[in-house]
Amino acid sequence: MSELTANHDEHSHHPTGIKRWLTTTNHKDIGTMYLVFSLIMFFIGGAMAMIIRLELFQPGLQFVDPQFYNSMVTMHALIMIFGVVMPAWTGFANWLVPMMIGAPDMALPRLNNWSFWILPFAFSLLLITLFLPGGAPAGGWTMYPPLVLQTGAAFPFLIFAVHFLGASSIGGAINVLATVFNMRAPGMTLLKLPLFVWTWIITGFLLVASLPVLAGAVTMLLTDKFFGTSFFSAAGGGDPVMFQHIFWFFGHPEVYILILPAFGVVSAIIPTFCRKPLFGYNSMVYAVAAIAFLSFIVWAHHMFTVGMPLAGELFFMYTTVLIAVPTGVKVFNWVATMWKSAMTFETPMLFAIGFVILFTIGGFSGLMLGVTPVDFQYHDTYFVVAHFHYVLVTGAVYSLMAATYFWLPKWTGYMYDEALGKWHFWLSTISVNVLFFPQHFLGLAGMPRRIPDYSVQFAEFNVISSVGGFVYGLSQLLFVYIIVKCVRGGQKATDRVWEGAQGLEWTLASPPPYHSFNTPPDPSTIDGGVR
Amino acid sequence: MSYLRILVLGGLIFLPVAAMAEGNVNSNTWGLNLTRGVTPFSKEVYDLHMIVLWICVVIGVVVFGAMFYAMFAYRKSKGAQAEGWHENHTVEAVWTIIPLLILIGIAIPATHTLIKMEDVSNAEMTIKVTGYQWMWQYDYVDSGISFYSKLADDSNFARQRGSGIDPNSVENYLLDVDTRLVVPTNTKIRFLTTAADVIHAWWVPALGWKRDAIPGFINESWAIIEEPGVYRGQCAELCGKDHGFMPIVVEAISPDDYKSWVAQKKQGDETPVVSKGSSGELPYIASRSDQVELPKE
Repeated sequence: MSELTANHDEHSHHPTGIKRWLTTTNHKDIGTMYLVFSLIMFFIGGAMAMIIRLELFQPGLQFVDPQFYNSMVTMHALIMIFGVVMPAWTGFANWLVPMMIGAPDMALPRLNNWSFWILPFAFSLLLITLFLPGGAPAGGWTMYPPLVLQTGAAFPFLIFAVHFLGASSIGGAINVLATVFNMRAPGMTLLKLPLFVWTWIITGFLLVASLPVLAGAVTMLLTDKFFGTSFFSAAGGGDPVMFQHIFWFFGHPEVYILILPAFGVVSAIIPTFCRKPLFGYNSMVYAVAAIAFLSFIVWAHHMFTVGMPLAGELFFMYTTVLIAVPTGVKVFNWVATMWKSAMTFETPMLFAIGFVILFTIGGFSGLMLGVTPVDFQYHDTYFVVAHFHYVLVTGAVYSLMAATYFWLPKWTGYMYDEALGKWHFWLSTISVNVLFFPQHFLGLAGMPRRIPDYSVQFAEFNVISSVGGFVYGLSQLLFVYIIVKCVRGGQKATDRVWEGAQGLEWTLASPPPYHSFNTPPDPSTIDGGVR
Repeated sequence: MSYLRILVLGGLIFLPVAAMAEGNVNSNTWGLNLTRGVTPFSKEVYDLHMIVLWICVVIGVVVFGAMFYAMFAYRKSKGAQAEGWHENHTVEAVWTIIPLLILIGIAIPATHTLIKMEDVSNAEMTIKVTGYQWMWQYDYVDSGISFYSKLADDSNFARQRGSGIDPNSVENYLLDVDTRLVVPTNTKIRFLTTAADVIHAWWVPALGWKRDAIPGFINESWAIIEEPGVYRGQCAELCGKDHGFMPIVVEAISPDDYKSWVAQKKQGDETPVVSKGSSGELPYIASRSDQVELPKE
């Protein structure tokens, strides 16, 4: 990172060593910390996934006890959602939003520092539960009572970790919103914003609106456990299903929090490597807004089997399948962008195309799951596991990979190793499909989720899935190697980096100065409407 | 299974899967695809599943086809020149409205099926299903028969870590119980699901639905089983450490046989059958009785 600032001494007045990172209020330093943190958590959560796939490799219990298996399932989800994808998007927002809108830094730099530094403490709280009596939380990341109330000493750690994570994310979201609404360069009107910024505005609103709801839900769990309330206990006049309603009122916007910035990233990368403006910029913005609105009125499709009134089931079925319309618009727009373009296939483009295809497959299974009477069969099976891993791994994580390859040369000033990047893409793409595609079949054939052992008729597909899982896991080590290699040096990147790159961040040097735009950019360089 | 072939052709999955499909189908109806099941509802659900799946396959072929065509036809390396257009309101309206119409087409039959599913009226008998950590209790509300049903001993021995027993050597590994739920065929049975401790979900795929068993609440569902046979299922909601080990076995017999079964059951044992042939030394049993208060007779 010292190279990053070498040419721009006039901008960089910061302490060195560890104090630089502890006290920094710089959007690039904080963005880097978010991204490194997220990468570390990706491997911790990934190691847990490897334990899961190892136990499921063969029928019978070979390696872990059922309780520990449940802990792995629970922790893997919490880490991947709150520790990997959410911090990674905040990291990208930190790095990119000021550069994309022509601002010197984020609007609230101290809040920015604080939002990040909450995270290591929150995850220390969560991870330390692995060593507590009773083990780590094992009731699923959804924390349904009454089961979650059976958690041992880990229970308050879980609740406070979730509170901290929520506070951190709200801080990050407020910061992005404040930055975009107050610090845009002259001439950067809202409908000229790059789609990554647009998707983050909408993500920010989703975060601010939904995370306090989660905080309320887990606080009620806490008082149910320790202070004698009965919010969720039928014996005391409460309702365990009410928790599920509150949780998913947060939880469904949450899945769009994870995926909307991905739409923004892909909408930047595809036009770049097509050398053609993004098709339907305005409809992209409206589609994202429509998805965000719908995300607040579909929550109960996660709980069709709890026994809702018929009218409720119908309402949530209709709203759920309706999401396919704006999502379809986005996919069609990406395909139309490719039409009559001049494509090249560098690693970011490969991951972006992989995203479009594989995320769409996840969307198809999502549509199937939204049809209530059939969901009575799919619900809580491996079909659901396959669905959300398609949208989260080959969706959110793929777009994170694409974004990393796309902007890494801009950040470091060096090109990454293109040949290794392609290896990473092909190894990941083949193995991730071997890993998750057979899980559709397992689910349809009747294998429930969250079980450590299974009937022998599921053995073959589980072997295949596990092998895919191990290869996918190992392939990600290559990703780390490529990043480290790129940060340490290599072929110098030009300022524009990619031939077709459009947008303000590419007008800065590679690597960019410590403070992005100390003077606003020339309004004529704001090209608007194309990405 | 033919939809599979399309997916294979689409390059989405590798070849061994198709071969695997043949070997994987068990003696019961479980296999590669959703079961058709044995109730009127389950067959409708299966048809809906196939309709939506085919719609997805067709859309996928069109969209991915267009993408792959673009990727091969519009390469810079082949001298493709990018055109500058980036908007077309007609096209955008078309691909908003067509999906909307498709969705309406899906929603109509789905609504019909759902309305039927939720109509529990005119049931001829009622069975109350109660979930415990980690077994099921069945109460035949009309005849007063009541018993518990838990994982069969041979599966339970084999599934202990380090048991040294090959799961393949156990018949119906993890899908067998000590006491089956016996029901008559061609009879509208109302199932009331509830739970005593945490949330469970009672799921037999052949019946076409699953329903959560929630402490303090009673859910209603129904089934008419049209073919005699043994149908297996599992708990489908994470309910603690032995969530994977509380299977369900439903045995459907003819109404006449059912009558004699009821008579025999009433005569033979007035008290609930808790656990036929279970042995107290098992760690599983010990830990279970630590956490669950069984109702005293």
